[in-house]
Amino acid sequence: MAAVQQQQMISRARAAFKSGKTLPLSFRIKQLKNMIRFLDECGDEILDSLRQDLRKSKMEATLFEIEVMRSDFNHLIRNLKSYAKGDKLPTNLMSFEDSASIKRDPYGLVLVLGAWNYAFSLSLQPLAGAIAAGNCVILKPSECSPKSAATMARLIPKYLDNECYHVYEAELEDTKLLLTNHFDYIFATGSIGMGKSVLAAAAPNLTPVTLELGGKSPTYIDETSDLEITVKRVLWGKFTNLGQTCIAPDYILCSKKVEKEFLKAASKVVTEWYGDNSRKSPDLARIVNDRNFNRLKSILDKTKGRVVFGGETDQKERWVSPTVLVDVLTDDAAMEEEIFGPILPILTVNSPDEAIEFILSRPKPLALYIFSKQEKVVQTFLDRTSSGGVCVNDVIWQAANEGLPFGGVGGSGMGSYHGSFSFDTFSHKKAVLHRGFSKMSENMSSGRYPPYTDKNLSFFRTVMRNLHRFQLTYGQVVSHIMAVGVGVVIFYLMQTLTL
Amino acid sequence: MSGDSVTWIELQKESDPMDFSKKVSHLSSSFLSGKTLDLNFRLKQLKALLRLYEENNGKILEALHKDMRKSELEAYLYEVTLMKNDCRDAIQLLKSWAKPKFLKRNWLVLADEAWIEKVPFGVVLVIGTWNYPFQLTLVPMCGAIAAGNCVIIKPSEISSYSAAVMAELIPKYLDRDCYQVVLGGPEETEKLLEEKFDYIFYTGSMKIGKKIHAAANKYLTPVTLELGGKSPVFVDDTVNYAMTARRIMWGKCMNMGQTCVAPDYILCSKKVEIELIKEMKITLQEWYGSDSKKATDLSRIGHKRHFERLKMFLSNSGSIALGGGIDESELWIEPTILVNVKPMDPIMQEEIFGPILPIVTINSPDEAIKFINARPHPLCLYIFSEVKCLQEQMKNMTQSGTAVINDTIVQFAIDELPFGGIGESGMGYYHGKFSFDTFTHQKGVVERNFSFLADKVGVFRYPPYTERKINFISFLMGHWKKFKIVYFDYIPYFLCFLLGIVLVILVQYFL
Repeated sequence: MAAVQQQQMISRARAAFKSGKTLPLSFRIKQLKNMIRFLDECGDEILDSLRQDLRKSKMEATLFEIEVMRSDFNHLIRNLKSYAKGDKLPTNLMSFEDSASIKRDPYGLVLVLGAWNYAFSLSLQPLAGAIAAGNCVILKPSECSPKSAATMARLIPKYLDNECYHVYEAELEDTKLLLTNHFDYIFATGSIGMGKSVLAAAAPNLTPVTLELGGKSPTYIDETSDLEITVKRVLWGKFTNLGQTCIAPDYILCSKKVEKEFLKAASKVVTEWYGDNSRKSPDLARIVNDRNFNRLKSILDKTKGRVVFGGETDQKERWVSPTVLVDVLTDDAAMEEEIFGPILPILTVNSPDEAIEFILSRPKPLALYIFSKQEKVVQTFLDRTSSGGVCVNDVIWQAANEGLPFGGVGGSGMGSYHGSFSFDTFSHKKAVLHRGFSKMSENMSSGRYPPYTDKNLSFFRTVMRNLHRFQLTYGQVVSHIMAVGVGVVIFYLMQTLTL
Repeated sequence: MSGDSVTWIELQKESDPMDFSKKVSHLSSSFLSGKTLDLNFRLKQLKALLRLYEENNGKILEALHKDMRKSELEAYLYEVTLMKNDCRDAIQLLKSWAKPKFLKRNWLVLADEAWIEKVPFGVVLVIGTWNYPFQLTLVPMCGAIAAGNCVIIKPSEISSYSAAVMAELIPKYLDRDCYQVVLGGPEETEKLLEEKFDYIFYTGSMKIGKKIHAAANKYLTPVTLELGGKSPVFVDDTVNYAMTARRIMWGKCMNMGQTCVAPDYILCSKKVEIELIKEMKITLQEWYGSDSKKATDLSRIGHKRHFERLKMFLSNSGSIALGGGIDESELWIEPTILVNVKPMDPIMQEEIFGPILPIVTINSPDEAIKFINARPHPLCLYIFSEVKCLQEQMKNMTQSGTAVINDTIVQFAIDELPFGGIGESGMGYYHGKFSFDTFTHQKGVVERNFSFLADKVGVFRYPPYTERKINFISFLMGHWKKFKIVYFDYIPYFLCFLLGIVLVILVQYFL
């Protein structure tokens, strides 16, 4: 049953792509504008679904789902023409009748696998990127956020072309079945385990993939940082969405001295934000399902660290309170895998080098956070470590900048998106060379033909060695000369008019 | 060369798989030491690589001749010169490629800086292939070095002389702690792939490409696969037949058709077929004389298994219009044109990779487009036509790694163009800056500070959440772009504008 439904959906999408429907930019822009209408008209449904799936507060749902998507869709609409037009290479005097360019072609049928923690934005931002690049798309939202998935399945078809774009709700087994089909690109957000399953499914079809995974994002804090501000920024990043953010600061590396100051400020901040009983605060979300709740509870049960504050849980509500652990060793239960919850372990390091060695001994994270006013320390971290992205003196902020690629490296993922990087991800750069049949064109290049002679060899050797010298970047030169010309003309006109 | 023949034998011994873990772990330590991050170190290695090319022309040409009887011109231009150009570009442009890209600032967070850093992956594995054994192994290696990685190359065992030369020379010129050569066949490669690499670059067949991809997945290792496929050539009746015939035959005969971007088969009408064959006959006669086996400009088939495969096509697909001669002892196949080829013929089921050119009859460009789209995406699409709208239509309605109008293969030599496939013809790109980009991870960095202004903008995000905060931040997010500082771009033009005024004043003053 599921297999038949999937085949029908895939056939329809492939037929739509083959028809060339998604190639005109006007069609793509129309779809993206409809995505914005979806945000405008269905805001309440989106907020309601997120509240039901994760008890997400209005502020977090509005800003980190709706507004983030709106910003991204608008960016794509504004820039689509310039992204899609490709690049024209400078003319070369040796072959001035030729033209070389890079054309941006869609891949074809793209599969987007969404995630549950930012159920809408992590599904619809990749969808929008794939649409912008001219692909047809099947979106499978995460089954772990079922209300959000159902809302997308119900509402998106009212806004997007039903032949080209499909929202498919499915549980894990049917998702595995879906992955046995041939897609031209797969974009998946989720865990490392999910990433490996996607790769295993993609390999036999040679399907390229982007994987947005996760990992443990380390946060280094030294004594020069402004601790009052640092604590707020780190705790904001940690407790937003109750820690269920792929780039949440996972654990802290600092000296005992910094830890003492951090803890003093932290408990004040938590009370200021969430009151004396944080469980009653409307601003804190809940853990998405029992499996994740049990995982976090197990960390609290098994940790050999000391709970400074927090540590409370409630199975019924899937509630884990904002918690800070100290005296955590490197082999602690809290240090085994990505926490993805509101538990913040602090590990003691006595120097930046010690922190760096520790970070290097572990898989590359999705984000690295450095809190320090010392330029040299910051630079050392930047030079010696590798991570998806970095934020200095704040957290999460790097994901909000559309000019920056958002993606992992090593165990935290492959590929990136946001802004122009979304367009790049979902399009193939096709090199196009256009030659002519003029006599001059043929004479210039006929030395390549047999019979091969030493004279031809020398000639081509010289030409090939010096090809780059004949590159005309006349566009830039001409525009500057024109600016001089404009100055001349305007001044002359002014003189004439005033006389 | 007699002293060297001992070296050939010794060096052709395969690497010991027991060494692989040690090699990879040694390179990994070298990478972690930060040695390859220094641009000067990388430049030194690239300059040494260039010297390797410049000082060993003779050895390289001899190996290519021994492996495939490659002619001096083809070996020199399509291996050595391409490698030298690639290396020189990397040396000249490394600093500009590697420098971080700073983004425009925003008034709202004036003190914040955002930029993109290019970070090497770590230990890269480059698996080469046999048809252009030096170029297809060392050009990716050069890119990986420029990007700051440590590299292991595994040249193809089929072009064994070339592999031996690389194994001999690389350790003499490049830092052995960072760059190594591993020799071996399928078994050794499988063993090597059990190790954890941070990037794998493979050139070769689709079948092996799938295996490489599957092996890489164990460690979530990203890959670039440069595969192949059947590159179609569409020809209509508006072309200059003589030039078209020459350009197609040049692409087909180069390296005996054993080029991943060789024109694989032709799609044209019967009328065009007649004209083309006429011109191709003249061309082949002009180039190779009446007995092309004697022409030194033609290489040989790379290995016996490959020869057997090609020999079968001569009898099981279409009929021979030109050529058809073979000599098993020399692994020689004459440049051959087949006509009356049906879509289901064996020669149309896989990449030919030899000097046989089938012609499939189609009666319109639409039929050609349908034919191409019914098959896996090719590495190249070649369109021979003078009709602009037809060129556009074919280019836009099909998908291919690259597309060339009115010639074949030449796109490969233009470093500013990305070279790579799509679908079954591969994933990823390289050449020039695209090589550098392939072997680096783009790391987004934001540097904030603790200043009053920076904090004031960010403080509204903190709980307790209120409607006022939601509205304020929504407003900021919606209008963030308006505060981007863009005028810096226009300053040079403004200065030129002032220069124009100054020039007029000066001219008037002196006249």
